Amino acid sequence: MPTFVYMTRCDGCGHCVDICPSDIMHIDPTLRRAYNIEPNMCWECYSCVKACPHHAIDVRGYADFAPLGHSVRVIRDEEKGVIAWRIKSRNGETDLNLLAPITTKPWGEHIPQLANVAAPTKEQRDSQLLFNEPKYIRMDDGGLHTLESNGLELKEGVYY
Amino acid sequence: MISTNPFTGLEASIGAEAMQIYVILMAVAVVAGVIFDVIHKKSAAYFFENAKKAEKSAKRTVSSGEKMSLAVSTVTNEVLTSSEFANPARRLSHLMTMWGFIIFVVSTVAMIFGSEAGIWPMLWHLGALSLAVGGGWFFFAIRVDVSSEGKKWYQLSFRGDVFIVSLLVMSVSALIWSFTGAALSGLSLLFFVLFIAAATLLFTTVIWSKFAHMFFKPAAAYQKKITKADGSQENLPDVGEMSDPAIHARYPDIPEYMGTNPPNMGLGIKREKPTHY
Repeated sequence: MPTFVYMTRCDGCGHCVDICPSDIMHIDPTLRRAYNIEPNMCWECYSCVKACPHHAIDVRGYADFAPLGHSVRVIRDEEKGVIAWRIKSRNGETDLNLLAPITTKPWGEHIPQLANVAAPTKEQRDSQLLFNEPKYIRMDDGGLHTLESNGLELKEGVYY
Repeated sequence: MISTNPFTGLEASIGAEAMQIYVILMAVAVVAGVIFDVIHKKSAAYFFENAKKAEKSAKRTVSSGEKMSLAVSTVTNEVLTSSEFANPARRLSHLMTMWGFIIFVVSTVAMIFGSEAGIWPMLWHLGALSLAVGGGWFFFAIRVDVSSEGKKWYQLSFRGDVFIVSLLVMSVSALIWSFTGAALSGLSLLFFVLFIAAATLLFTTVIWSKFAHMFFKPAAAYQKKITKADGSQENLPDVGEMSDPAIHARYPDIPEYMGTNPPNMGLGIKREKPTHY
C-alpha cells in the first residue's frame, strides 16, 4: 500500500520529492506539504520514508499479510550508520525492534577511484570472474559461503 | 527618518479613531478566521484523537512536572527560535519573518493606541525591514515549490501564496510609504493604499493562510515531545548508542561490521540539498 504523509509533521523540506524513484512524491500546490500524487504507482520502496528528517511519511502494509492497525516504521540514522525498524502487530503482542548497519565507513570518503585502477590483463579479460572477484564475494578466505560452511542447517517449517 | 512616527500625519486627515477601529476590525478578523479554520479543518479534533491514540501505547506515564518542563522547552525552542526546521536557511528566514512581524504589529498597535514616539517608530521600521528581508528571501528562494519543485517565483496560487505575498507587499509598501513622507498624496498615497490593501488581505484571509499554524504547530511540537517522553514514540524504533554493550549483545552485526565504537559516519544523502527535481 502506498505512502502517506502526516501533515502536522511535514515541513515541506523536499527530501522525499528529491529521492522518490517513481517521481510521485510532490509538494501540494496549496498546502505546501509533501503528498503522494499517484498512490497506484508507489511500490513501497520506503526511500522517502527513510529520507524524511521528521519521520512524517508512513506506509500502510498490504492487508493480506499485515492487518489494519499494525505499524512498520523506520529510522535511517546516517550519522550512526545504522537503520532501525520497529514492527508492531495490531494486538500489540509483537513489538519488534531491529537494528542493522548500513555503512561501515564514513559516507563519501571511500569511493573507489576506478580511473586509477590498472587495466585488466588478457588473462583477467578471458576469465569468468567479474571485477574484484573473488575478493568482493569473500571466496578468497575459503570457498563459497554456504549454510554448511557457516555451521547452519535448513530447518523444516516456519521458524524465527 | 526611521525614528519618525508615520501615523502622526494620518491622525489629522483620517482621525485616530478610524485607525483604532481598523486595527480592532483586523484583530476580530484574525480571531474569527482562526476559529473557523480550526473547526473547518477539524485540526483540533484530529490532534486530540491522535494524542489519545499515542497515550494508549505509552510505556510510562509522564508526570505533570515533566509535562510542564516539556511545555516550557517547546516555547523556548520550537516557538521562540523555530528549532523544528531541518533546513537552517529556512529557520533563519522564519526567525526574521516571525520576529519582524511581531515587532511590526506590536509597534503599530503601540503607536496607534498609545505612545506616539519613543522607541516604537524605530521598532516599526526595523520590524518591517526584517519582515521584508526574511519574507523576500523565503518568497524568491526557499519557498518549497520553488526550491523542491523547480517552479518560478511568479507561478503563484491564491490560497498557497496569499499569506506570504500580502505579508511582503504590506511590509515593503509600509516602508516605502514612510520613506516617501507618510503623506496622503502623490506617490506616498499609492503606497499607503497598497499597504492598507495588503494588510486587509493578510488579516481577512486567515482561513486560507498559515495564520492558524501559530497555534497548531506548537501544539504538535509539544505532542511530539510527550510521545518521546512516554515511550510511545509514534511507533518509531529505538536507535540507541552504537558503543553500548547491550546493543552489541542484541545486534551482533553492529560490532562485527562496524567495530565496538563506530565513528560518526557523517552525512550521506543529506550532504546535498534536495534540489534534484
